[in-house]
Amino acid sequence: MNEMNNMTTATAATDQTKTDNILEVKGLKQYFKVKTGFFSSLPLKAVDDVSFEIKRGETLGLVGESGCGKTTVGRSLMHLYTPTAGEVYFDGQKIDKSNITELRRNMQMVFQDPYSSLNPRMTVEDIVREPLDVHKLYGSKKERSERVAEMLSLVGISSEQASRYAHEFSGGQRQRIGIARALAIDPRFIVCDESVSALDVSIQAQILNMFKELQAKFHLSYLFIAHDILVVTYMSDRIAVMYLGKLIEMADTMEINNNPVHPYTQALFSAVPIPDPRTARASKRIMLEGDVPSPLRVPSGCAFRTRCPYVTAQCSEATPPLTDRGNGHLVACWNK
Amino acid sequence: MAEKILQVKDLQTSFFTDAGEVRAVNSISFDLEAGKVLGIVGESGSGKSVTAYSILQILSFPGKVIGGQILFHGKDLLTCSEREMQEIRGDKISIIFQDPMTSLNPVYSVGNQIVEAIRLHTDRRGKEARDRAIELLDLVGINDPERRIRQYPHELSGGMRQRVMIAMALACEPDILIADEPTTALDVTIQAQILELINELQRKLNMAVIMITHDLGIIADICDDIIVMYAGSVCERGSTDDIFYDSRHEYTKGLLASIPKREKSEELLTPIAGTPLDLLNMPAGCPFAPRCDACMKICLSERPPERLIGGQHYASCWINDLHELQKQQQELEAE
Ligand SMILES: Nc1ncnc2c1ncn2[C@@H]1O[C@H](COP(=O)(O)OP(=O)(O)O)[C@@H](O)[C@H]1O
Ligand SMILES: Nc1ncnc2c1ncn2[C@@H]1O[C@H](COP(=O)(O)OP(=O)(O)O)[C@@H](O)[C@H]1O
Ligand code: SF4
Ligand SMILES: [Mg+2]
Ligand SMILES: [Mg+2]
Repeated sequence: MNEMNNMTTATAATDQTKTDNILEVKGLKQYFKVKTGFFSSLPLKAVDDVSFEIKRGETLGLVGESGCGKTTVGRSLMHLYTPTAGEVYFDGQKIDKSNITELRRNMQMVFQDPYSSLNPRMTVEDIVREPLDVHKLYGSKKERSERVAEMLSLVGISSEQASRYAHEFSGGQRQRIGIARALAIDPRFIVCDESVSALDVSIQAQILNMFKELQAKFHLSYLFIAHDILVVTYMSDRIAVMYLGKLIEMADTMEINNNPVHPYTQALFSAVPIPDPRTARASKRIMLEGDVPSPLRVPSGCAFRTRCPYVTAQCSEATPPLTDRGNGHLVACWNK
Repeated sequence: MAEKILQVKDLQTSFFTDAGEVRAVNSISFDLEAGKVLGIVGESGSGKSVTAYSILQILSFPGKVIGGQILFHGKDLLTCSEREMQEIRGDKISIIFQDPMTSLNPVYSVGNQIVEAIRLHTDRRGKEARDRAIELLDLVGINDPERRIRQYPHELSGGMRQRVMIAMALACEPDILIADEPTTALDVTIQAQILELINELQRKLNMAVIMITHDLGIIADICDDIIVMYAGSVCERGSTDDIFYDSRHEYTKGLLASIPKREKSEELLTPIAGTPLDLLNMPAGCPFAPRCDACMKICLSERPPERLIGGQHYASCWINDLHELQKQQQELEAE
């Protein structure tokens, strides 16, 4: 019975995604077992029942405070972890063990730290070539070298620099190398996980521009994860907000900026320091009390209720579902 | 005008490394007025922290102040003995850092460490010191201070630890609080709490604050005055509005143009081309010249002097001289 149900939803998803979505995530859960003593352990619900879809050529921004599960969503949907539950469809095809190696060709990840994600003993050329070798693309050695040169020039690294080691480059250049590597195998979807967070603003702007230009050129789709809301706002078509492993709001970028509905989103967006003194003086901040609770002891019902100014009895009894408030503006809150 | 409690004049600090002299702070000047919040903004490696450490003389080896004056209430700190400096640090000028864990000792309780700071800098002892510690924790917005005082640093969240650091820095009601990227490691809602706290304490205790950050949003939010640093030099300094709405240095303009505004945009950002300077090989002229779109011949050979633009607004960019010359020319022609 259960099997049947799954099959029907899978087919429905296939039909729909063929037209529109490059990625569909349904009820994704990623629990980690965390030891709390010699014999005891607790499940850490890093991602708890998260669903969203990303259209072709679209950028979905993912924001929320550290530890809320952003990176785990990225890794789990790429099947770098085996999800505890839920399904991920890439281009209408359900990802599982049998097809993940093949599908991974189309899905790449660019990380925050260009320092640690690049092997210091490899030359830049080796670094960009590696995924071509792994996926056995571009048959001959010569073709592969050409592809590497093409990718490096695309991101503004000269051919003379190709034989140098990653540690000889600045942070911004290393991030370019990371991007060249991700793009080498011609992916269609990229998870950018805090890809510009370690960079100074003048260099950050160079990389953000590059992401935008590459997207236009190759019709890429991005899941753009960052804690910097101004950067995410600039980059994204829609923004999703997470709190303690759950998706609590998702809407078009300017809609969520101008009209945040969930009390947490309201506080989060109002806390962003705006680099314009007049705007800063005129804006009012919503201050939250206290800290995020431990992810091992997520409050019952609405996870935000311990810090929420609008909390009522209902909030501790049941988890508010994510409901559409019109125009695809999804909110999970009982009282807003 | 308020008293200038700190005047930095032509400060030069270098690190004498095996590879050569790193000119981390290259002859900078600025003033801090009593009860004001002064922001120091610039990208990483521009010399912000080294400026702060030079003021307090807590530079790590092989760093050394090699020139200039640091006048605190008119007295040059660079002529003070280490003993005198010890009294000033913590007593008159306190500093808090980005990562409170590096300054908190993990094996002592929070209360122990605050009491120690109080004993070091005041005459309070025993119960009196403990009461003061509780009072300070309360001041920095920590609930239930009697319980918190018995906790260890690892039992506290990042935001809570930064509050404890601020409490310790305030143990002796300093004239100046230097905050070196105090919220860089924190989430934005916690950052908002800490910035609000610093602002509130600054008003309550009438302290001056030097806020060091790379974040132009924080600068816009809480500073009265700003200095913009690039490669060890001050490009421009003035009131917050001067810097944001009347910038007179190409680097300041570039920095402001490169940050995303609060809008979704199809347009590309305007980055600053190139990469930051190698401080070992400082160019002869303007340090920003290699990345400057408006670079002229003179910029490559001579360092631009600091010019007064008006009020307290200063900038070091040859274009200001050019404008001045053009204005004079026009006046001559008009006559
Ligand atoms: N491999 C892992 N094992 C155990 N816990 C993990 C693991 N990876 C992440 N976590 C926990 O899951 C939660 C979400 O982490 P993460 O996805 O990295 O958050 P974010 O990227 O939003 O900062 C955190 O509480 C983190 O400690
Ligand atoms: N211990 C050191 N040895 C050598 N050079 C140093 C040392 N500390 C700092 N510097 C140099 O001083 C410059 C300014 O550093 P800093 O003031 O820490 O920059 P920031 O503006 O990021 O705070 C850096 O570019 C670095 O080259
Ligand atoms: S459901 Fe209740 S506790 Fe949660 S955000 Fe809404 S009002 Fe606040
Ligand atoms: Mg992360
Ligand atoms: Mg610093």
